[in-house]
Amino acid sequence: MSEEQDIKKIMHVMRRAPHGSIYTYEGLEMILIMAAYEQDLSVVFIGDGVYALKKGQETSGIGIKGFSRTFMALDGYDVEKLYVDRISLEERGLTEDDLVVDVEVMDSLEIGRLMTEQDVVIHH
Amino acid sequence: MNIGILLKEGPYNHQAADTAYKFAEAAIAKGHKVDAIFLYNDGVINATRLGDPPQDDRNIAARWTELSQKHGVEVLACIAASKRRGINDDVMIDGGEITGLGTLTDIAIRNDRLLTFGD
Repeated sequence: MSEEQDIKKIMHVMRRAPHGSIYTYEGLEMILIMAAYEQDLSVVFIGDGVYALKKGQETSGIGIKGFSRTFMALDGYDVEKLYVDRISLEERGLTEDDLVVDVEVMDSLEIGRLMTEQDVVIHH
Repeated sequence: MNIGILLKEGPYNHQAADTAYKFAEAAIAKGHKVDAIFLYNDGVINATRLGDPPQDDRNIAARWTELSQKHGVEVLACIAASKRRGINDDVMIDGGEITGLGTLTDIAIRNDRLLTFGD
């Protein structure tokens, strides 16, 4: 990418439980590729999306490869802006301590404000 | 305005493919440029030429070919998502192409808007 090009703010919105559909997993694949393009990436977890980050997932019983650990690798790809919706966590009886990565817990209003600042928002 | 489209659902099962097409058609009619339609998740199933819908129904695969050939819209299926779902060059619709997620990133960067259609 040429240096004259502006860096775009791209937000990925994880909205679903990690298993039950492929959206979260393929969303994560997309984030990992986009991370190589040196854009201003962020990932926000809302609703059941917060379960993607829950510690202690054991997927052998459903015969599907687990990927919660891959979220721990995002830091190594310089994807450091991970935001979690406060109410979504609370509604599910979770706290920051239940999550596999360090995140910034935010109110919905603040997340909404961040969304309006983005050039691109992609939901998963 | 230059517009990219991300389509995340397959044809017929879900409204998204119809809405994405109708949107593209309307945007082009208004004088906007639709740069590319990127197919992801089950959206890649839009790229198979093997579908054979009843004569009295719309042919969604033919719509993508039309957008590509008449309006120069790139119709691109993600390779990783395609491999999972049996989409490859052998079954590819006319005007469609297999590509990588890096291309989606380029589409997001070079256009004024990226619109997502899906569940």
